[in-house]
Amino acid sequence: MKLLALDTATTAVTVAVLDDDAVLADRTQLDARRHTEILAPCLDEAVRASGIARTDLEAIAVGVGPGPFTGLRVGIATALTLAHVLGIPAYGVCSLDAVAAQVDSPDFLVATDARRREVYWARYAGGARVTGPEVARPGDLPEELRELPTAGRGPELYPDLFPTPVDVLDASAAALGRLAARALATGEDLLPVRPLYLRAPDAQPSTGPKSVLPR
Amino acid sequence: MSEPIVLGIESSCDETGVALVRGTTLLGDALASSVDEHVRFGGVVPEVASRAHLEAIVPMLERACADAGLTLADVDAVAVTAGPGLAGALMVGVSAAKAVAWALDRPLYGVNHLCAHVCADVLDHGPLPEPTVALLVSGGHTDLLLVRDIATDVEALGRTIDDAAGEAFDKVARVLGVPYPGGPHLDRLATQGDSTAIRFPRGLTSGRDLERHRFDFSFSGLKTAVVRWVQERERAGLDVPVADVAASFAEAVADVLTRKAIDACRTHGITDLQIGGGVTANSQLRAMAEERCATAGINLRVPRVRLCTDNGAMVAALGAQVVARGLPPAGLGLGTDSSLPVSSVSVV
Repeated sequence: MKLLALDTATTAVTVAVLDDDAVLADRTQLDARRHTEILAPCLDEAVRASGIARTDLEAIAVGVGPGPFTGLRVGIATALTLAHVLGIPAYGVCSLDAVAAQVDSPDFLVATDARRREVYWARYAGGARVTGPEVARPGDLPEELRELPTAGRGPELYPDLFPTPVDVLDASAAALGRLAARALATGEDLLPVRPLYLRAPDAQPSTGPKSVLPR
Repeated sequence: MSEPIVLGIESSCDETGVALVRGTTLLGDALASSVDEHVRFGGVVPEVASRAHLEAIVPMLERACADAGLTLADVDAVAVTAGPGLAGALMVGVSAAKAVAWALDRPLYGVNHLCAHVCADVLDHGPLPEPTVALLVSGGHTDLLLVRDIATDVEALGRTIDDAAGEAFDKVARVLGVPYPGGPHLDRLATQGDSTAIRFPRGLTSGRDLERHRFDFSFSGLKTAVVRWVQERERAGLDVPVADVAASFAEAVADVLTRKAIDACRTHGITDLQIGGGVTANSQLRAMAEERCATAGINLRVPRVRLCTDNGAMVAALGAQVVARGLPPAGLGLGTDSSLPVSSVSVV
């Protein structure tokens, strides 16, 4: 199956084209603030380099977070629209899994930047996600979790709290695509293409007009 | 050969609009609004709006095509609002537009939301007379523009220096206990009121303010004056004549908007005025603009309300003008600009 994979939930804007398990081409750029500008050029380059015509793509896999909302939506809006226009299915993958798939360790943590002094995190053991994804202040995580080998940007942002960094910082579309290809081949369920926000919009209901008169 | 079919996508605030236009003909139009989700917050919450855009974008693409009896394969070019607007909201529309353009291998055009509002009128009344003065009044914008060429040459004459006119309506509605969005509710109330009952201030219309801000607007002082007037009555234990307040407030807004728009026409020797934006739905503004333009010998153009509020049709209409001039498309690297100046009609 010819699969397009992409993720915008971490600092990386990452795109890969796969034929089953084989990665034909991938493009990754690091820039947490320019997902909108970067994604489509990466996509175009990766597909051109893969030698596959855009109309021959058969499915799309996209990271559905958790991740900073604005960037996350760039990837999901792109995937949903592409799937609609090309008439192919789109599947969701937890973006933390696309970080974890690059880590070689029996028991570890992924902690990525959730902004506002928080991290998105999940724990992996024996090759599977066993806890999460969740959002938390890093200091609120129990010490035995924080001391596990930790991938993602958490250790870079909070070095005192995550003392055992693993040198895998961001999601990889190639890794995400392999996860999706394997799941599709074995008939495992993937996620719906809906963002894993994990937080409600930050807004307070209106309390009515304030007085403009002197007290 | 017939003119190209342009797909337009709008997502700058709380409306997800998608439409198909050929030349100045609207072929299909779809609109989803998240306005109901913002009511309890008393205003548009950017994150709520952005989430709603993501839910709505593909259904609106489907609905616009169904409405036109066309498929996306019939689309010759894609236009999208690149700004101004809420950054996170704009990014959903721009990402979707890029995906359509890339998947279909069609050119992509990033266009200016404010210029698109002006251009909406071509769908109701045909090509714009040029030059024309355009007044854009909505919940997010209050701008007076000089349009020499809608695709290439738009100049900002003035704008609000504080609140947008529509924002003032929302805030006055709140103090009168009227639900969000304030415009339609206040307009209904005002029909029972006396618009000359209370003389509210007209911002930037006299003395040095007028000299320095001839074509600019200010509604913050007006809003505060209304709130103060109401709260003083309440504190004194008097009834608040809600309909009179609504009518007198709208009168003050309409007076300033039309006075400055007509002054701009006269100053630049222009005999055409185009008004757009959601506040155009206000009946006092429409009536006053008609009356004053007739007296001043100015031709007034106002599109139907559906084309005045945010929509995809206006974006497709401006895209069609930009395509027709043979202007260069944007690359796939197109970004959003939440404060895109009106002089950038299209961005590369």
